[in-house]
Amino acid sequence: MQSLTNRSKQVSKKEMTFMEKLYLPAILGGMRITLSHLFKKKVTVSYPEQKRPISEVYRGQHVLKRDESGAERCTACGLCSVACPAEAITMTAAERKKGEEGLYREEKYAAVYEINMLRCIFCGLCEEACPKEAIFLTDRIVPTEFERGDFVYGKDKLVEPMDKNLRVDVSVRQTKGVLEFKQHPQYAHNKLWDPNKAIKSKKSAH
Amino acid sequence: MTTLIMTSGFDWWPYILVVILFLISLGVAAYATYAERKVAAFLQDRLGPNRAGPFGILQPIADGVKMFMKEEIIPNVSNKTLFILGPAIAMLTALLTGAVIPWGPDVVVDGKVYRLQVTDVNIGVLYLLGVVSIGVYGIMIGGWASNNKYALLGALRASSQMISYEVAMGVSIVTLIMFTGTLSTAEIAQQQHGFWADGYFTWNFFKNPLVFLIFFICALAETNRTPFDLPECETELVGGYHTEYSSMKLGFYLFAEYVNMFISSAVISLFFFGGYNFPFMDQIDNQLLVSLIGVGVMFAKTVFFIFVFMWIRWTIPRFRYDQLMNLGWKVLIPLSLVNLAITGLVMYFTGNLE
Ligand code: SF4
Ligand code: SF4
Repeated sequence: MQSLTNRSKQVSKKEMTFMEKLYLPAILGGMRITLSHLFKKKVTVSYPEQKRPISEVYRGQHVLKRDESGAERCTACGLCSVACPAEAITMTAAERKKGEEGLYREEKYAAVYEINMLRCIFCGLCEEACPKEAIFLTDRIVPTEFERGDFVYGKDKLVEPMDKNLRVDVSVRQTKGVLEFKQHPQYAHNKLWDPNKAIKSKKSAH
Repeated sequence: MTTLIMTSGFDWWPYILVVILFLISLGVAAYATYAERKVAAFLQDRLGPNRAGPFGILQPIADGVKMFMKEEIIPNVSNKTLFILGPAIAMLTALLTGAVIPWGPDVVVDGKVYRLQVTDVNIGVLYLLGVVSIGVYGIMIGGWASNNKYALLGALRASSQMISYEVAMGVSIVTLIMFTGTLSTAEIAQQQHGFWADGYFTWNFFKNPLVFLIFFICALAETNRTPFDLPECETELVGGYHTEYSSMKLGFYLFAEYVNMFISSAVISLFFFGGYNFPFMDQIDNQLLVSLIGVGVMFAKTVFFIFVFMWIRWTIPRFRYDQLMNLGWKVLIPLSLVNLAITGLVMYFTGNLE
């Protein structure tokens, strides 16, 4: 059988020779190996100062997008909640009043929208399920908290700011294949969303 | 102890030295915990603790504070007196051994001699052996008083292991005593003066390396260091004899191990690697300078052996219990006896026997 590395050894159960029984040469050999590691380059990444490069499509903390005019895209359809395998998402829907057109894009919106970050497994299925392109995962890392309750993120933490310069850029997450797929007539109602016009803002976490 | 009361009044020096030694032992032990983590990390290509202070040098203080802040738990099924006595004995015996070790040549300032040894009892070697074997009581009493199966098993292992290896250690020390011809630690140090004399090395290691080897292995076993750390192996016995301990009582056990390691390293460098002696020490005229370098050399050797202890710990996996007993009874004891006989024969035929 071809081995994956050239380090494989045939196992044998032959009697140990005297040198092997002495055990000391083997110990010294082992100690030589560990000593050589003393001078090797350390693999530790000193986290807050150094960061590992992460993928552009890293699945971190969610964002609830607004459209160009600043209205929330989410229509509280609940599809993300249904898709979520960890049952992390809950929401309460409400009807848009007259005069709130600038705040909510659809006639129905999520008055309460909560993601429990302790339940979430960052699979990204909510992002995939959303017909309104309202929810995206970003490369931001969910910070630690002292209380369990603080991990339940409400709209205050999830919805991106109104200020166009502070919007969260998710255009890199839209791969070519995804964009093509979105040309499908089924998504015609999403016309307003033009990824090329998506607001480019500086990434928040990095 | 005649030096205690001198004609010129009460001599405080031994007492001051005791305090200094106490502080140094604790300080070295504290930093040994830090060094252990650093060495472990470096041998495993990691960085180790580096957050508390520059390079993490305040880590032992942080650890100590943490230990003190922890809740003190005494199990209500335990034997309370013995439960507290255990770590106290472990710590006490660990600190006692330092008394007979000469940490350097005599320092002479303004005609007054300051000995760098708390007391030069003429049976220093026996004193060391005796105190070390009391050390097992700390572990045994602690493990037994906990009233916990794992702790008891750990204590049993500790005592049988220590007693087994003390035999080999004792015989190897007898061999050492045979060719040094003295039981005084100060004299053993003086005999290894310099590095080279009469066409041969003066250090005992070169005279009989096998004694060193046996003594070193036994020292590993006596201090419960890997590969002989069966009394406290986490995988089988939770924590061994200190399973039930918390807070500073646990700290004392862990600390005692490091103090033991420090003293063992000092004893090894004293018995086999010339103690405070270093090559070309006679070429330096200034007696004070020789003394100071001597102290430095002694500590350098000790630190080196502490490093070897750690290096071994992070290289070799733990023995199985039968392997441990085989090594102790079937290998080390016969080997040390044969070594004893051969040394005796060599001394007889070379006419060194008095
Ligand atoms: S990323 Fe996955 S687990 Fe997390 S909220 Fe979305 S669907 Fe649920
Ligand atoms: S985020 Fe998307 S899928 Fe979830 S409720 Fe809002 S519109 Fe529906």
